[in-house]
Amino acid sequence: MSAASAPAAEAVQGSEPLLGLRGVKAFYGSIIALKGVDIDVYDGEIVALIGANGAGKSTLMMTIFGNPRAREGRIVFAGRDITDLPTHEIAHLRIAQAPEGRRIFARMSVLENLQMGATTAEPTHFAEDLERMFALFPRLQERLHQRGGTLSGGEQQMLAIARALMARPRLLLLDEPSLGLAPVLVKQIFDAIRQLNRREKLTVFLVEQNAFHALKLANRGYVMVNGLITLTGTGRELLARPEVRSAYLEGGRA
Amino acid sequence: MRGSRIIRVKPVLDLRAALKNAVVAAATAFGLFALLIGIRTDQGPSGGLELTPRFGTLGILVAIAFVGGLLRGILFGERRIHIAPRLPAAATAVLDRVGRMFAPALLAFALAVPILFYHDRYILDLSIQILTYVMLGWGLNIVVGLAGLLDLGYVAFYAVGAYSYALIATNFGLSFWMCLPISGILACFWGVLLGFPVLRLRGDYLAIVTLAFGEIIRLVLINWQSVTGGPNGVPGIPRPSFFGIPFNAEEGGFAATFGLEYSATYRIVFLFYVILALALLTNWVTIRLRRLPIGRAWEALREDEIACRSLGINTTNVKLTAFAMGAMFGGFAGSFFATRQGFISPESFTFSESALVLAIVVLGGMGSQLGVVIAATVMLGGFELFREFAQYRMLVFGLAMVAIMVWRPRGLIATRSPSVFLERRKGIEPGLVREERG
Repeated sequence: MSAASAPAAEAVQGSEPLLGLRGVKAFYGSIIALKGVDIDVYDGEIVALIGANGAGKSTLMMTIFGNPRAREGRIVFAGRDITDLPTHEIAHLRIAQAPEGRRIFARMSVLENLQMGATTAEPTHFAEDLERMFALFPRLQERLHQRGGTLSGGEQQMLAIARALMARPRLLLLDEPSLGLAPVLVKQIFDAIRQLNRREKLTVFLVEQNAFHALKLANRGYVMVNGLITLTGTGRELLARPEVRSAYLEGGRA
Repeated sequence: MRGSRIIRVKPVLDLRAALKNAVVAAATAFGLFALLIGIRTDQGPSGGLELTPRFGTLGILVAIAFVGGLLRGILFGERRIHIAPRLPAAATAVLDRVGRMFAPALLAFALAVPILFYHDRYILDLSIQILTYVMLGWGLNIVVGLAGLLDLGYVAFYAVGAYSYALIATNFGLSFWMCLPISGILACFWGVLLGFPVLRLRGDYLAIVTLAFGEIIRLVLINWQSVTGGPNGVPGIPRPSFFGIPFNAEEGGFAATFGLEYSATYRIVFLFYVILALALLTNWVTIRLRRLPIGRAWEALREDEIACRSLGINTTNVKLTAFAMGAMFGGFAGSFFATRQGFISPESFTFSESALVLAIVVLGGMGSQLGVVIAATVMLGGFELFREFAQYRMLVFGLAMVAIMVWRPRGLIATRSPSVFLERRKGIEPGLVREERG
């Protein structure tokens, strides 16, 4: 089923996607993880990628950042081919990532973590961006001098997102922002993402297992199975599809 | 026990568990000692080996282990969870103030050492040695403590610094102050050279390669006879002068110039202040760098390399600068060592030196500047203190290290103070500090 057309979304989008993946294949050693993936993320969109464990979602996120590198296919960001760029140079192109497992700097304070996030940003923005983060996640201001490792899971996720945002990205990649969080915190995080998208026109590409929340939030979604995109459409369309419902929303009952 | 709460998880005396414990201890002792002590080998009259069983001694040892195990089970059998007592606010405030005064007080004491112990040559020599290791510890702290790269071959840079000064000074007659930066730069260069091949390695693998690097440098020094003098070392290395005025009894010497009576101690005091200044320079540079992006990147690298890269940090450069900075200070310390000794040979640069410096950094608390000072003083001072019990010295130190690692697994000073603050400086709550240990 190649339901590639999503009329509502396409009308809004321009011709060139902000991030485009064409036939991307990635391997771990000799094991193939991505078997030729095509994905487009247009400016100002929220795009969700859903799929089961081991489908290759996180690999895709990391491949966009060049680790593991795409062995075949092209990755284009803002008109520039980034397939073969080293990870740190990709980060300088204003793509930011809140990686899987949050990966905050545990022994460094919240403020230092945010400083690290601003590595690629103009130093003059720092104070202003810090205020923006406090407005978005007031908890971080309370915890400013606490060590990252002593934060709760939800606070760590907020920190991971805020750290990524300190780079003033055009595109934010989020890898399972809801992982291991209580429903109320998941809502808080997803509200923050929606807010960023509406107010600051931030483009967001997120990977989620929590399909219901992700598809409700997203303009468009992709479903990944075994390293391949099997379905695509608007968030609402995907939510309505029986195969998505049975595989990702109704759990073991399918 | 006011203020201290103890939760008894298992309040009943469990004799069965204690007995089991004792049997395990006795069996372990038997396994260990059966051949070591239970059988003695002697040379018989015909030249062959004769075995003499010593079941009595073996029995006694096993019995001791059994009783020990039993007592431990009875006395400490209950599992208790101690919750650290919260000190009253006033006491915390006093401790806080004492803690903040500690480093300046230590510095003042260090400055006063040559005056206080002017007539005690032994103390002066020892303090110069301690300061040398403090400086090495601070240098290695950049690599191990801040950047988190385990370097077992740090002595290589110490050797490069020492030989650079020794060879340049004896062959080209340059003075100590000219050679000091040169040997720092050369050591730095070797640091980068080591850095390149190990960039992709982490943890254990990195440790093995750096260990090999340390050995390679030492073997080159031994075998490149025509340049380094091989095992005979480099003799007659010039002593440092007081801005061109030598420390000798002659006409133009230090004593004569300043109208003082000649004394050999002047040079020792001068050496003391030179190494103190070099060590403080290392400390100052490290503290400054920690507040700059590069220092923050080092620490972030220690925490999470993948996150660093995705935030746009070129980890290659960050690692190389850490190696280079650490190596440079090792090189400075090396050239000081050469000028102080007047003679160097490869024997001074064995693996045990690397291990000692690493032990100072780890015991002091990785990344803690003050911890390095305390650990260096305790280790080297301890070595001297137990000199009379030479045979047991290593045993005592092994035990001390095990004890520190059990009770303070992150080193003597485990807290890391953030390098940046927005508002008033706030200490990290003691409760949180405890949480993180273990």
